[in-house]
Formats: sequence, C-alpha cells, structure tokens
Amino acid sequence: MTDILDTPKAPEKSRFAKFWDGDFAWSFRHSPVAIVATLVVAILVLSAIFAPLIAPYNPFDPSSLNLMNGFTPPGTPNAFTQETFLLGTDDQGRDVFSTILYGMRVSLFVGASAVLLALIIGIVLGLVAAYFGGWIETLIMRVADVQLTFPAILVAMLIFGIAKGVTPPEYRDEMAIYVLIVAIALSDWVQFARVVRGAALVEKNKEYVQAARLIGRGSFPIMFRHILPNVLSPVLVIATISLALAIIAEATLSFLGVGAPPTQPSLGTLIRIGQGFLFSGEWWILFFPACTLLALALSVNLLGDWLRDALNPKLR
Amino acid sequence: MSLLTINDLTVEFPTRRKLFTAVDHVDLSVEPGEIHGLVGESGAGKSTIGAAIMGLLDRPGRIASGTIKLSGDQISGIDAEAMRGLRGKKISMIFQDPLTSLNPLFTVREQLVETIQAHLGGSDSEANKRARDLIDRVGIPDPDARLDQYPHQFSGGMRQRVVIALALCTEPDVIIADEPTTALDVSVQAQILDLIKELATERQVGVILITHDMGVIADTTDKVTVMYAGKVVESGPTSQVMGQPTHEYTKSLIAAVPRPTLKLHRFPQISYGGRETRFAIEDMARHWPKVDNDTSKPVFEIRNLTKKFLQKRGLLPWDRTYFTAVDDVSFDIRAGEVFGVVGESGSGKSTVARMIAGLYPVDGGTITFEGQTVSDLTNKAALDAYRKNIQMIFQDPYSSLNPRMRVDEIVAEPIRHHKLMDGADIKRRVDELLDQVGLGHEAGLKYPHEFSGGQRQRISIARALATQPRFLICDEPTSALDVSIQAQILNILKDLQEHLGLTLLFISHDLPVVRQMCDRVAVMKQGKVVELQETNDLFANPQTEYASELLRLMPKLDDLSTEGLNAET
Amino acid sequence: MFAYIVRRMFQSVIVLLVVGLVAFSMFRFVGDPIDNMLGQERTQADIDRLRTELGLDKPFPVQYFKFLQGAVQGNFGVSYRQGRPVSTIIAERAPATLELAFVSGFLAITMGIALGVFTAIRRQGVAANVIMTVSLIGVSLPTFLIGILLIYIFSVELDLLPSFGRGETVMIGNWSTGFLTSSGLKALILPAITLGLYQMTLIMRLVRSEMLEVLRADYVRFARARGLSDRVINFRHALKNTLVPVITITGLQLGSIIAFAIITETVFQWPGVGLLFINAIQFVDIPVMAAYLMLISVMFVTINLIVDLLYYAIDPRLRVDARAT
Repeated sequence: MTDILDTPKAPEKSRFAKFWDGDFAWSFRHSPVAIVATLVVAILVLSAIFAPLIAPYNPFDPSSLNLMNGFTPPGTPNAFTQETFLLGTDDQGRDVFSTILYGMRVSLFVGASAVLLALIIGIVLGLVAAYFGGWIETLIMRVADVQLTFPAILVAMLIFGIAKGVTPPEYRDEMAIYVLIVAIALSDWVQFARVVRGAALVEKNKEYVQAARLIGRGSFPIMFRHILPNVLSPVLVIATISLALAIIAEATLSFLGVGAPPTQPSLGTLIRIGQGFLFSGEWWILFFPACTLLALALSVNLLGDWLRDALNPKLR
Repeated sequence: MSLLTINDLTVEFPTRRKLFTAVDHVDLSVEPGEIHGLVGESGAGKSTIGAAIMGLLDRPGRIASGTIKLSGDQISGIDAEAMRGLRGKKISMIFQDPLTSLNPLFTVREQLVETIQAHLGGSDSEANKRARDLIDRVGIPDPDARLDQYPHQFSGGMRQRVVIALALCTEPDVIIADEPTTALDVSVQAQILDLIKELATERQVGVILITHDMGVIADTTDKVTVMYAGKVVESGPTSQVMGQPTHEYTKSLIAAVPRPTLKLHRFPQISYGGRETRFAIEDMARHWPKVDNDTSKPVFEIRNLTKKFLQKRGLLPWDRTYFTAVDDVSFDIRAGEVFGVVGESGSGKSTVARMIAGLYPVDGGTITFEGQTVSDLTNKAALDAYRKNIQMIFQDPYSSLNPRMRVDEIVAEPIRHHKLMDGADIKRRVDELLDQVGLGHEAGLKYPHEFSGGQRQRISIARALATQPRFLICDEPTSALDVSIQAQILNILKDLQEHLGLTLLFISHDLPVVRQMCDRVAVMKQGKVVELQETNDLFANPQTEYASELLRLMPKLDDLSTEGLNAET
Repeated sequence: MFAYIVRRMFQSVIVLLVVGLVAFSMFRFVGDPIDNMLGQERTQADIDRLRTELGLDKPFPVQYFKFLQGAVQGNFGVSYRQGRPVSTIIAERAPATLELAFVSGFLAITMGIALGVFTAIRRQGVAANVIMTVSLIGVSLPTFLIGILLIYIFSVELDLLPSFGRGETVMIGNWSTGFLTSSGLKALILPAITLGLYQMTLIMRLVRSEMLEVLRADYVRFARARGLSDRVINFRHALKNTLVPVITITGLQLGSIIAFAIITETVFQWPGVGLLFINAIQFVDIPVMAAYLMLISVMFVTINLIVDLLYYAIDPRLRVDARAT
C-alpha cells in the first residue's frame, strides 16, 4: 500500500530487537497487569518445580511428622513442641507451606499435561476436519457438538468414574493422577478443535494454500507447515485460559473426592481437607491453599485476557 | 456560498511510533446538485475526509486544524448530540459494501421507518408511505412486497439501492458515497452510478463520490479533486483535470489507466515519487531454457469442461442440489499467446482457471496439455511433471503469501518440492529470482507483511517462475492493486510472455485490462463461453448481445488525456 | 419450519441413543453387576438366577434394546448401594436440583446479559472496568470456594443463613418444594448465588465481547451515519444481533448449571441428584450413574432444541429462503 512512499531504509536490527520493538512486546511492556501476572505465574511455577529444595519439610515423609504439632496456628510456636510454622500445620502436624508447594506441583502438572494433551488432540482433529471436510468433518464436529452439550466437568467425572470402575482397587491411587489428566483433556479438546477448525477453514481458502497445492505439496505438509502456524495465535489464547480452567477443574474434582488421592494431595485435596476445620477455627488449613489456587488461576486468566487483546489489535 | 465548504482540514492519527497525518491541509467545496469526485490511490486520505465530515473518524483520529461548514454553519468540532442531529438529516453516507451495511435481522421497512421517524417524527402511516415512495424511487420493482423482506433476500445491486434509499430518507443536502460501486459488477455499477446522478440533479443534493476508479470519475462527476498522500494535488472541473492534467502525479495516474480503445505496447513507467522498480527481464531470459513456440499448435485443448458445486447438502442423494459453475466449456490455448477469459462475478471464469491448475477436480470433459490428458492424472510423477510446467499468480497479494514463512522459504518451496536443486544452489537461485523481480536478494530474509501489495505480487511472480514453467495462469492478478502498481505488474507479465515465451491464461473482469493484455478472449456468462474472438475483433465488433452490452457499460475514458502513451502499431 | 424441527428432533434422538449406548456400556462392562449386587455368600444358583433376571445371558444388542426399553419407561434398575429402584430415588431428589438450577439460571441469565450490555456500551467507563476486573476474579474462583466463602461469612460469622440442607419443604403432589416456606427460601439463597455467580460472569463476558464485535459491524456504522440515537443503535440493532450467538452459548451454560449443581450440592449438602451422583461415583454405583447421565442428556437435548427454535425466531436468514433477486 505504501508503494507510493519509498520509506528510507532502516538499519537492519537483530530479531530480538525487532521483537522487543514490535507491537506485541510493546503492549506487554505497557501493561502492568500482564507484567505482574507473569511474575506471579513465574514465581508459583518455579516454587512448584523446586518444591523439594524450598519446602522446609517433606510432608510425605512420615518420619518427619509429629502429631503433637497438629493444628499449630501460623507464625505462633506450638504449645507442646515450641516449633513455629510459617503458615501453621494441619491436623496431622504437616507444615501447610510445604503441603501447598507439593500440592501446587500436582495441580500444575495435571493442569499443564491435560491442556497439552487436549491441545494435541484438538489441533490434529480440528485441522483434519477443516482440511478434508466431507464426512470426516461431519463426524468429528458432530462428536464435538454432542460432547460440548455435556459440561466439561461432568465428562471428566464420568471418565473418572468409569476408570475407577475398570481399574483394580490397589492401583486406583497410583493411576488417579493420570486418569485425571486424561479425563480433563478429553473434556477439553473440543474447544481447541472448534477454534482450530474455524481458523483453518478461513486459512484453507486463502490463496497461499492454493499456491502450495499448485506446487504439489501433500495434504499433511500443507496442514502442518502452512495452515498450522497461521492458526496458532487464537490457540495460544485458548490454551492459556484453558490452563486456568484445567487447574480449577482439577481442584474441583479433587475437592469432590474424585481427583488426586490423599497420598498425592493437590490444592483441591488440601482445600477438601481444610474445609472440615474451617468451622472449628483452624482457618489456615483451608485459607492458604485456597489463596494459592486463586492467585494461580487469576494470574493465568489475567495473562490470557491480556494475550487475547494483544493478539487481536482490533479489540483495542 | 457553497453547500459544503472544507477549509484547511488536517486530520491526524497519533500512533505510538509517530503522528500520521492522513489529511493534510485540504480545501474542498461542493455546490448543490453537483457530484464532486475525490480520487486517489489507497492511503491517499480520501475516505478519511468523508469520515471527518460525518464526524465518524475512527479512534484515535482527530481533526487537528481547519473547519468544515455546511450551508455556512460550522459542523466540525460541534458536540456529539448536535452532530447526530445533522447526520442522516442534512448529511448522509453510502458505504462500499452493501452486504454488510444493512442490519440482517430487520426488514427493509423497519430500517427505513425507524430512520424516517428518528428525524422527521410523524405517524407510522406517514413514515410507511414515505418508505414505500423511496423504495419505488430508487428503482426497486414491486416495492410493496419487497419492503417486508430482509436484506439477505436482495441481490448486491438491489441492496445498494436500499442503502441509497436509507441515505435519502430525510432529504439530506449532502451525500457522501464512499466507493459505492467497488463491490459490484460492471453492469450493476453503471446502473447505481446513473441513479446517483439522477438523484443529485433531481433533488439538488451535493454528492462527494470517493473512488479509486478513474473510469467512475470520468463518467460520473462534475468536478474532481485528486489526492496524494493526504494532500490535494489538483482540483477542478472533471473534463479539465482528466483531459489536461497539470500536476505530474495526475498525469502519471491518468497514463496508467488502461484504455478500452487504445492498445499500448507498454504502460509508461510511473515516474512520480521516484519509485521505479527495475524488472530484469533480460537477465532472466539469459538463464531461461529456450522454447520454440509453435504458434499453430495448441498448448491446451479444453473440451466440454464441466464443474458442479454442491449447493444444498443432504443426507440422501436426491436431496442434494448442485450449482453448475462451469457448463460444457471448450477452447484451445495456443503456444505463446495470452488467452483472456472475461466475465462478471459468478460467471465461472476463476473455476475454469482452477480446474486447469488442477486445484479443482473435473466433473466432466477433458483438459489436454501438449497432447497428454491431464484432467484424469493420478500418477504422482506425471502430475508433478505437469505441475512443474504450470504456475499461477493469484488475485489477492495479501493472502497469496503465507504470512508465517520467510520470503526466501516461499520462493524456495517449489524448487525444493520438485527437487530441482539442492543446498547452496537453491539459495543462489532464490537470490537471483528476487534480484530479477526487482526486490533485491536481501528481501529474502523478511516476512511478507513487510512488503506492499505491488511488492508482494512480485514475490508471487518470483515463486511462480521458480520452476521455470511454460504456462502461467493469472487470476485477476491486478484487481486488488492501485492503478499505478497495476501498470507495473501488467508490464512485467507482458515481458514474461514476450521474452521468455510463456503462454498466459489471463482471467479478468476488467475489459480495458483485457484489451491491453490478451491476444484472444473468451467471454463467459453463467458458466458458458458465449463468445470467443481475437481481442481486437471483439472490441470492434462483438458478435453476441451479451458482449456488446458489457462493452457498452464499460467506462468510456474518451476524455482522458493520452499524453505519454505510445499505442501499439 | 416443520422440516427444520423434524431434522433437529431426529438429531436429538440420535444423540440420546449414543448417550444411551455409553450409559449402557458402563452398566454392562464397568465392574460386574453380579459382584456388586450379591454379597460374599452367594451360590452359583443365585448368580445364574440373577444373570437371567438381569438378562445378562442375552446377546449385546438385545440387552441394549432392553435397556432402552427400560429407560424410556424410566426403569434403570436398582441402586447397588441403596437397594432401591433408581427411578424412585431420582424422583425424590430431582425437585431439589431443579429448583436450585431454575433460580440460579434465572439469576445468571438476567444479570449476565444486563451487565454484559452495560460493560460493552460503557467500555471506557470506570464502573465497567471495575466489573470486568471483578468478573475475572469470579472466573478464577472455583465454585466450591465461592460456596465455602459464602458459608463462612453468612453462616459462621454472621449466622444469617443456613449452611446446609433445603430447610422445610412442602409436598405438592410428588414434588417437594422449598419455595413456600421461609426456611426453604432462606436455605436457597446461598446455594443459588454460589451456582449462579460463575455462570453469570461467563455469560456477562460473552455478551460483552459479542456486543463489542457487533458494535464494530458496518451496519452499526451505517446506522450511526443515518443519525439514529445511541439508544436505538445499542438496544435495537446491536443487542438483537448479539443475541444470536449468545443464545447458543447460554443454552450450553444452562446445561452446565445442572452439572455444576453437583459441586454446589456437595458444598451445601443439598439433597439433589447432583449429590446423589457424586456419591454414586465414589461407590461405583453404576445404575445411578447411568440413570443420571440419561436424565441430564434428555435435559440438555431439550434445552438445545429450545435454543434452535429461538434461533429460528430471531434470525430471518434461517426462516426465509435466501432468494436473491
């Protein structure tokens, strides 16, 4: 469009400098919300990964537990042992701070793996549906439509229930985490598939795809090399928001007792345990895990919200 | 006193990098009953003037200086409430795309009555009567029945008539028409322009007609203002500006307009703004495999070609309905010629091109390329060999390049796919091609969005030439480009045919362009070829009624200056 | 019109058949029903008798057909855990869930649409921005935490509202309602807010983004250019166009209200089908799970059908043939 004006040639910049100066990075640098959210997510993720190094106690090592330490309020020394715990202890004398770090590990692991799995399934099915059309598309999208009528959390529960029915009792606890991942992923792939298909249908009719077909490129190179990179930005937004949803879904399932087992508690399991003590005055057992969950979900959501606006300049 | 006076208007869009001045100290005035054309290439700021008059500038645009006066009263900078009172009542606007400018969920009657009552008040029956009169006035047949229909039940041209009726609801003094016919076919365009002309005279309305189309300007307007980069470069009575342009830019713009009556050897290179881009055809020809075009033999023999599209899906075969896009089409393309296919939208011309390119499967008939039937090829090796010889240049330079691929990857893709070279040779070849199309090989490290429309079309050409094809399909290759860029690209295509011996299939809806480019032309209508002739014969002596009708509706451009043009002998 | 409805109904029936197949497969293959129903002291004769009684000796399609036959008549067998017919248990529990879902659904839709329109129109306003930020917290707070929080504030600290159960109920025929007693109404407040809040934020955010999309459309610009007032543009032109996509998603959201009722019912010990279902999962009480699945799929399918009809009523492009002339 600017053929008319021969803009003076700017000196070549490095790719990073170009990116840093680009609209995307600029909008990030000028959004305090995005910066704070990124920081919070980074801190939480890092402390989850390095939980064994950071946590003062290993809550799953029975030898380090002292029942006498039970119900120690945060920051005050225990009446019997005189030990002090930053965020207090639960009924069994476990350090709440440490259980949160370990619990967050489980929550994040389940959430991230579930989103990743859902992403892969959704992208492949969405692309295939859009590119090939015909009965394949009808089949995939009908299944997606039917599943979409059923709320994700319910689908996850059902899958969990069925899996519980088919696994022998002695493996149930061990398998629970993986069943949880699959359950959440299978309840979540639909939105990826729909978004990818929608975007890919638009891209598919663009002339660069025709050009690639004209060259003689096969279906799969066109789908994954040409179309996929062009549909990734909405997928990225959905994935971020999905991560928050998956963390919440995991917490919800665990809270309902159909998720992470007590031997491998996630944040949801911790809240489930803490709920019993809320009304008898030991608020900290519930309060701190709940705050962590909220901080995690909220900052991921804020990030997703910002990402959506930044990738869709029309909205501003 | 003029009806509308614009004085020293400057509109700015502050962005984070710099202050963009879209309209730069512009003066303009419109008299009652006059159609004032505002012409310029994309980015010239002509639409921004329209939006500024309406008080509908997109954020963050603002009027930085100057005044807009309507019948002597200042209307720029007044408060939003007062402006809304004027909009629709004193000034109306017609948008480019009639498909999207009507609310799909309300009937035409509802939208008309609502607008009439918003400004004139009055009872329901009065408003209804007025709505009916308006629909009748803009030439929609059977107004009583059509009033209660929804916008999707109207065709594009009829919809634009409804839009005009809406703009006329309250007897405005000024109408701003922003590219009102760009989305329409030539025949419909002529009718809509006639209607606007009639209404301007009949109701003494001042019309500002914003367009990029010199043909529309020449045929429709009384006065014209030529804009370039936000500034007015020339203004005056249309016949004078078009016939004896004084400004260099206007001259170059007019010189670039394809003429229906005059076949040029080459378009004059636009010299304004010093942006001549070299296309190194001699370089390219040196490396090109020599071809001897035996002009007597056809490269392509197309026989009884048919394509049907599913129109209504149905589970059962007899529930489905099909739409025949291409209906029993036959023609030959001779070696080394430029073969044109011309027609209005929906005539099936692009479908034919895509079937020849192998992008659409053939439903009936055969395509034969140099004696080999290619429409039923399934063997991958044979298909690849065919594809190496056939390349295509697409209409939309903004969508024909993958935005996530680097330019050198884009140009290298066909070479890699056909395994024509490897390693360093590919890079050398890509650099060479980019140099030859005039972009320079450093362009290879950039992404498509860093280039303008014309430059992108050059990248497309580089990609198409990468396999050294023998046959090039051009599907409306310039219809998305400004007229000066169009001239450059058309020159390049002519060079390719002449110096490299390429055979071209040229698809277009634009008759003057076809006249400049093609040796022979097929006219298509509703999937059928209705006429096939030598180009000169077709323009001089059309055999069918449809072709003569198309020629009649074509903008005449007789008044345009012919300075600097060298006609083909 | 008629053909459209028939086609939709036909699709609904297929969906129900598929869900039925899933439910039945669960019934048949997850765990051994015989194991579940008979205790430790069983004889081969008992097993054989039960096998014949349950029809487990018949081929799969026959069993599926029998299951469907039963399902149509509301017969889903006997709960493994309670030993009573599933249909009876569900009939007792359904009114509690439906009343809760109705109140919170109403809350979510009315408030959600109103706030969504408000935040879209006053995009730059302070109030709208505050609402948007708060709503993001709302989306990030899991339903069960909202419930616990409300209980803590209103039941434990302020002691204003009950923290569990339905309060007193009145029987009207077979329907036990909590709408008619003050304790029933009081008991409904917290669960209804808990359940409705999350859905409300979702609907609000959706309405806002759809509305913003519509407000950018050409026909809205043209309406402005014709000098129509902001009120007419926002509430007549934009809102009606916004409703088309919003209705679909809202329909889906209504479905998830019934699913999310499971969580709310667990937190508030609300004696509805959701609580029944979550207990059934924990004890692998397959007949109850299967029946619940069928029940809510009937509801979802019905909601979808209504959504389609509403769509039809709003959008003339579906109603009238596109016959361009």
